[in-house]
Amino acid sequence: MHLETEVLVIGGGGAGMYAALEAARTGASVVLADRSIVGRGGATVMAQMTVAAALGEQVPDHWEYHLADTLAAGRGLCDARLAAMLCEEGPHRIREMDSWKVGWAREDGHIKQAQAPGHDRPRCVYVDFLSTGPAVSRTLRGRVNAVGGIRRISELAIVDIAVRDGEACGATALHLSTGQIVTIGAKAVVIATGGLTRLYRRNSASANMGGDGYALALRAGAELIDMEFVQFFPIGHLAPRLVGMDPIMWDPFRYKLGGKLLNAEMREFETDYAARDTRSDGRYVLTRDLATYAIFKEVEAGRGSPAGGAYLSFQHVPEAEIRRAFGPVVDRLAANGINLAAQPVEVAPIAHYHMGGVRVDERMCTRVPGLFACGEALGGANGANRLSGNAITEAFVFGARAGQNAAEHALARSNGYSADATRCTVDLLRSASRRDGPNTAATIATLQALMSDKVGPFRTGRTLQAAETALMEITSEIGDRPLAAESPCDPVLVDWLDLRNMLLVARSVTAAALARTESRGAHQREDHPGLDAAWEINQIVSLESGRLRLRRQAPTIDRNAA
Amino acid sequence: MKATLIVHRGVPGEPERTEQFEVAFEPGQSVLDGLRIVRRDIDPTLAFRFACINANACKECMMLIDGKVEYACTSRLKEGLTVLAPLPKKALVRDLVTEIVPPDERL
Repeated sequence: MHLETEVLVIGGGGAGMYAALEAARTGASVVLADRSIVGRGGATVMAQMTVAAALGEQVPDHWEYHLADTLAAGRGLCDARLAAMLCEEGPHRIREMDSWKVGWAREDGHIKQAQAPGHDRPRCVYVDFLSTGPAVSRTLRGRVNAVGGIRRISELAIVDIAVRDGEACGATALHLSTGQIVTIGAKAVVIATGGLTRLYRRNSASANMGGDGYALALRAGAELIDMEFVQFFPIGHLAPRLVGMDPIMWDPFRYKLGGKLLNAEMREFETDYAARDTRSDGRYVLTRDLATYAIFKEVEAGRGSPAGGAYLSFQHVPEAEIRRAFGPVVDRLAANGINLAAQPVEVAPIAHYHMGGVRVDERMCTRVPGLFACGEALGGANGANRLSGNAITEAFVFGARAGQNAAEHALARSNGYSADATRCTVDLLRSASRRDGPNTAATIATLQALMSDKVGPFRTGRTLQAAETALMEITSEIGDRPLAAESPCDPVLVDWLDLRNMLLVARSVTAAALARTESRGAHQREDHPGLDAAWEINQIVSLESGRLRLRRQAPTIDRNAA
Repeated sequence: MKATLIVHRGVPGEPERTEQFEVAFEPGQSVLDGLRIVRRDIDPTLAFRFACINANACKECMMLIDGKVEYACTSRLKEGLTVLAPLPKKALVRDLVTEIVPPDERL
């Protein structure tokens, strides 16, 4: 089957839906493709609370203050153009979402803004109770359905971007529930596929976040930036086992109620590490990289909780106050056998977000004309460590920008699609076969264990080299033709295509992490502790004749740079 | 602890059939955890839907669990037999996967 559109948006999360809306508003026809169901998969729907924007509703604020916090958290590596855009345009998008009745929590007649770590003042809006992601997704899905010109296609997994004469001209896709190969002609393509947390065993995003967009971009000739910076969320739920709730749910509890992080001696330890953070004011403000470090170090010193993390306790908070702050969530916890007033839970760092991603200019365009990226899929805005609350804001801001720019690009040119541009990938899909091969689901689990153990928040040259070798072994094990079972709805074929992407992305992360011989933000080399001023530099990954290539470039510190 | 999952297999038009899988589990694990263990350790061809794994946000893993419509991510695995079948009022695609995509989002 073949489809034609002006703008193809890949990924139906917050960034993708915003991109589709803005592309349509600019006058382009849009296909919005999601490998799962539009507005249900991805990371946005999982968000529970904070969305940062300098609205000045709670206390006076200015986007320059938000930018200062974002740049400080980024440890010198932010692309100032992207960071400034995020902070300056954030308030507009938050108010636009408000006008679409997303339901930001209010207090005394104004939008309520909560304090989050790394921010100099209360700046984060949210939807009660822990419903930010579902509310945002529902609101955007409603808009996308209501405006004309957007064709939504669920269960459409994009396998490769089509490139002709160096320009993006569409894509090749697999429609999962029918097994059909679909080619798409598009004058502009927007990658909005989110991050890569699925590369890790314990992660907080959906199973769709395997770094697809990074692999698509690399194979299309675009570059990636800052791939070594994987953010671990310090207090992901560890024990007792909790079902039906997002593992990163504890942060909002801490914002509202001030939970205490305790080690096995039931002693608070955050302050032991607070001096390391120049932005710490001595309260609960350890940024995510430092909190992750603190918990790992406590566990390493033999002061971890039984399941291998830290205790998080709300026992000092009166039961009625817990109920007032979290209403029905308290009942969901009770169904899991957890009573916060009576017992602590165990938490540990969990893969949460990727700072790195597709390298774009101030128009969200990659070095491949017609190929754009937005949301978590792009890299650079958050440098070496993302500030809490910036992820949903960047989904809105970069999504809208990418959608508008992609539409303008598309409307200014004629159709560049030709079947030659998709032939290679169509042939790849047709070559899928049932043959003896590894269990693809087990191979994904092996890859996740490898990345967690050797390319996690703490790395050494030795673990990274071992990872490189193991990744090449897995790459040769799965072969260069797809493994398949039976079509349609073939989970083996999907696994194989996922592995093709995941392995390429895992190798990109590992190569960049091995080259960076210092510790900065989310990248901590135990054999190279401490920040090295000479490394205030971005690493850029590309794929040249099938090989990964790494180069270095000074960060863009001029926010007006063209 | 061991759980035995009796799972509907196949595509429309085929005679009804089930397969039985035995998985080790820890108390607290979900039915979705069990299905993912089946794929990883026994049979990667088993098809079922999910995206968010654990958060009950994507709402994709709905199926018949012991005859009741439930989310696999919030139902707990139990010792002994559990019967898993696709949603009865939706068109079957394969195994436990049914056509739940809104009509205007289909190809």
